[in-house]
Amino acid sequence: MSQKVLLNATEINIALHRLACQLIENHDTFEDTVLIGIQPRGVFLAERLKRLLQEEYKIQNIRLGYLDITFYRDDFRRSDKPLEANKTKINFIVEDQKVVFIDDVLYTGRSIRSALTAIQSFGRPLEIELLTLIDRRFSRHLPIQPDYRGRQVDAINKEKVKVCWKENDGEDAVYLIEK
Amino acid sequence: MSELSVNHLLGIKYITEEDIHLIFETADHFKEVINRPIKKVPSLRDITIANLFFENSTRTRLSFELAEKRLSADVVNFSAASSSVKKGETLIDTVNNILSMKVDMVVMRHPNPGAGIFLSRHIDASIVNAGDGAHEHPTQALLDCFSIRERLGDVAGKKVVIVGDILHSRVALSNIFALQKLGAEVKVCGPKTLIPKYIENLGVEVEGNLQKALQWCDVANMLRVQNERMDISYFPSTREYAQQFGLTKKVLDSLDKEIIVMHPGPINRGVEVTSDVADSDQAIILDQVQNGVAVRMAVIYLLASKIKHHED
Repeated sequence: MSQKVLLNATEINIALHRLACQLIENHDTFEDTVLIGIQPRGVFLAERLKRLLQEEYKIQNIRLGYLDITFYRDDFRRSDKPLEANKTKINFIVEDQKVVFIDDVLYTGRSIRSALTAIQSFGRPLEIELLTLIDRRFSRHLPIQPDYRGRQVDAINKEKVKVCWKENDGEDAVYLIEK
Repeated sequence: MSELSVNHLLGIKYITEEDIHLIFETADHFKEVINRPIKKVPSLRDITIANLFFENSTRTRLSFELAEKRLSADVVNFSAASSSVKKGETLIDTVNNILSMKVDMVVMRHPNPGAGIFLSRHIDASIVNAGDGAHEHPTQALLDCFSIRERLGDVAGKKVVIVGDILHSRVALSNIFALQKLGAEVKVCGPKTLIPKYIENLGVEVEGNLQKALQWCDVANMLRVQNERMDISYFPSTREYAQQFGLTKKVLDSLDKEIIVMHPGPINRGVEVTSDVADSDQAIILDQVQNGVAVRMAVIYLLASKIKHHED
């Protein structure tokens, strides 16, 4: 198994600032916008962006929720073990809000498909956008593309993209792992 | 992630402590789901569940049906009163007929102890025991323990007294197994005639005095007096039972600590508990009902994840 660095801490930081600025361009004061981190790994990215928007760009009252998609996945009973759920934490109604889904890696698009179904349990959003740190090309199973992307990566199917966060994994880095 | 050690939920006796914790953690997520504006997830779209009730039930059946529907399973209902059981069909034949219509899971209540275990040896579908005679009622015990955990943080180390008709109660037996597996201490309290002879063999102490039992416990589970199962008189009168083993607000207030009052329902108000107790803050009877749906969703979800339609 070999791994190479796709993004180091500095590059991740630059990408995060750019993504934050792109969000501000489209959502201004975030008055009608809510951020939704997709469990489990989209939550770290979502928290980072929220902190950046608040501390660096002085945007207050950013609403952030966590969405767990386990019960909406289309591969239930196709894997050996039961799918393990995470916490959903959405303390607001998304009715008529602009929703931004935040996830670390966009791969087959199936997670986002599930998230699109899951979010409907919390109301009818005005619109939904997708932000991912890594967009893996050539691997989509569904017609889903990100609106904001940190870096586009060409990875073949047997490779794995791993996003590490300081608060969880001890460092900020994105690795391409060859199995 | 771990999975259940069993393919059927036939009784608490047959599952492990880890299984119970897994069910609770899964139920936590479903409790969040059923408090959403839209209380439904599509997980079990391709699963069909038959609810076979060979004995009357209102809330258990309703609770199972809601749990199944909130997981998006297809549900068919069957009750013995209107079935061919009356015409002399055997249990296996009845169930096999239903299964040949492609049912994946069976939730069954039956008046005979061990009916679920018997069935599990003869058919392919997953079986959930929703009460078999005076044997077990596992989902009730799970939701009782889940409610204790929710209110007190943990079940381990807690003292629980089960009051009333222990002899005819499947709820009591399942509760004793579940509470002990989770590390709680259990006592039973009730008229001598309604305490099974060898109950001490289960590691359960018997206390004849309600006041003493309540003084000892953190949680009092007040069981229903099951008149329909009593073929002879086990106590002189309902009034006398209520005086000795009924929980009143006066008794509750006389204790030096605040205990939790549970009841599996349906309540005979004025017999097991008085109205002011049933409606007090210390009673978690309605929490039990709400948690019942979440816990049953968890059980069905975890059992369903072991059914494989797709060989890949």
